[in-house]
Amino acid sequence: MYRDDSEKMNQKLLGLNGDEAAAYAIKQVNPEVVAAYPITPQTIIVERFSEYVANGLVDSEFVAVESEHSALSACVGASATGARAYTATAANGLALMWEILYIASGMRQPIIMSIANRALSGPLNIHNDHSDSMGARDSGWIQIYCENCQEVYDSHITAWRIAENINVQLPIMICFDGFTISHTMENVFTLNDEIVQNFIGKRVFPKITGHLGETDLRLNPTCPITMGAMDLQDYYFEHKVQQHEALLNSLEVIESVENEFSEITGREYGLIQSYMMEDADVALIGMGSVMGTTKYVVDQLRSNGIKVGLIKIRCYRPFPKEKLVKAISNCKVIGIIEKSLSFGSVGSPLYQDIKTVLYDYEKKPLIIGYVHGLGGRDTSPENLKQIFQDLLKIDNLTKKIGNQQYIGLRE
Amino acid sequence: MNNLSEIRFHGRGGQGAWTASLLLAQAGLYEGKQIQSFPAFGPERAGAPLTAFTRISDKPILIHSNVYEPDFIVVLDSTLLGSSVIKGIKKNTKIIINSNESPKDIKNKLNINLNEVWVIDATSLSLSIMGLPITNTAMLGSLIKSSNIIKLDSLISVVKERFSGKILEQNIELIKKAYEQVVMG
Repeated sequence: MYRDDSEKMNQKLLGLNGDEAAAYAIKQVNPEVVAAYPITPQTIIVERFSEYVANGLVDSEFVAVESEHSALSACVGASATGARAYTATAANGLALMWEILYIASGMRQPIIMSIANRALSGPLNIHNDHSDSMGARDSGWIQIYCENCQEVYDSHITAWRIAENINVQLPIMICFDGFTISHTMENVFTLNDEIVQNFIGKRVFPKITGHLGETDLRLNPTCPITMGAMDLQDYYFEHKVQQHEALLNSLEVIESVENEFSEITGREYGLIQSYMMEDADVALIGMGSVMGTTKYVVDQLRSNGIKVGLIKIRCYRPFPKEKLVKAISNCKVIGIIEKSLSFGSVGSPLYQDIKTVLYDYEKKPLIIGYVHGLGGRDTSPENLKQIFQDLLKIDNLTKKIGNQQYIGLRE
Repeated sequence: MNNLSEIRFHGRGGQGAWTASLLLAQAGLYEGKQIQSFPAFGPERAGAPLTAFTRISDKPILIHSNVYEPDFIVVLDSTLLGSSVIKGIKKNTKIIINSNESPKDIKNKLNINLNEVWVIDATSLSLSIMGLPITNTAMLGSLIKSSNIIKLDSLISVVKERFSGKILEQNIELIKKAYEQVVMG
């Protein structure tokens, strides 16, 4: 199902859900190894991809493993030899990968992983929230959160160039809302295979000194090196700080790769996206598909002359603090909406990050944290409109709301 | 914003409500429109009531929440007629129902006062053409008659991509007959 649209450089328009958009992009990338545990909580990404393998449409070695722990382990091994490696998971599957998440980033392997965000059990719930990937926010992976299926497709292409950049060399989680995006068909413009291949190019490797002289940082029997070796009090600390710095420095790389991509596609995303923020008195900040619904609500309120806006955080790790501070500008009241709960903490993760960043700045907007959508509860335009209206009523000087608020919670 | 159409399909697991929502969205896509199609996310079992949704618009669809006040409600199975079917109706919501009753009887039964209730006996039509009580394509033909959201030819084009042979011919006949025979009251 497609038609050509000459205005978009002959990109092919397809009707794809988020899972299919991810699988289609990965088919075009054609990584050497795809490893996955093909049982719940898996998505249809790997099911679709295994069809591509069976039909000979990709050259990838598809490794059906016995658990998510093994799926990511297989990716680490493959990536260490220099292969491009990909996997996909969600919810408890990601939780089971925990140990290997840190090994993948610590070994600086540019693995790409799709996360169709879902709630963590128990109680058992398979629906969308961000509990799974939010828990992995300190694991050293780049985290990108997508708003719609087009963004899912595009991110699965740009990710390789970002992860493999010689100054980055880190794995990436591409997160998109389970069901709300993963099972919803939308318009997706796709590039042709050749353009995708030209864009991603070949994987590049840092040069290191091995036993037999200079070599690529990859396992290669003709020039053996050791990877993931013992690293104790003498160097571990330095290596971890290097890893942290590489993650922070990837902000620049993400922007430059996406700029290059937007020249081909006409689609720009950025680390964050500001929407109607120039003169906004009140703004909501959040991530994922709800930010689309929030745009819809901002449009409605703006048509009634109400000055509201939003900031979508697309790149959550590394945290784009400079961009965020600039985007907040003169906004007086901010609501931060999140699909995760940080048990026993002062607020949810994004709230903590943003409040911490703004502490160092003179202009401090009033910030209120909202948790919404846990376990797949829908956040309606009416819910969001109500939040904006509540925030518009707050007097910055007189009223303080210290506690975390909830959207759509039954009392 | 007014050109966004939201359609809710009611069926039972196995009757093809989600397929109807996908086909409608693909027909919209065929016309270069912006579309979304998704099922209500819950356990799916043969025979259990389920809903599926389509959004069609000329502009990018930003909204990602559930559909609360549908512009069109398509009911594939008359045994589902009840409060869940009329949830969120507006005065100008159009309901398209597979039933052998009249629009007037349906309005009385549901105690609703809508401008347009469209009725087609899609089960009998499908049994006579296909020998099977599969009504989703017939209901799409009826939906298109009640509205101008997409062209009948666009639906037929996407049905041609999905089916082939005898099943294709039967579905096209079913869509056209349903389009002709659906009545409004």
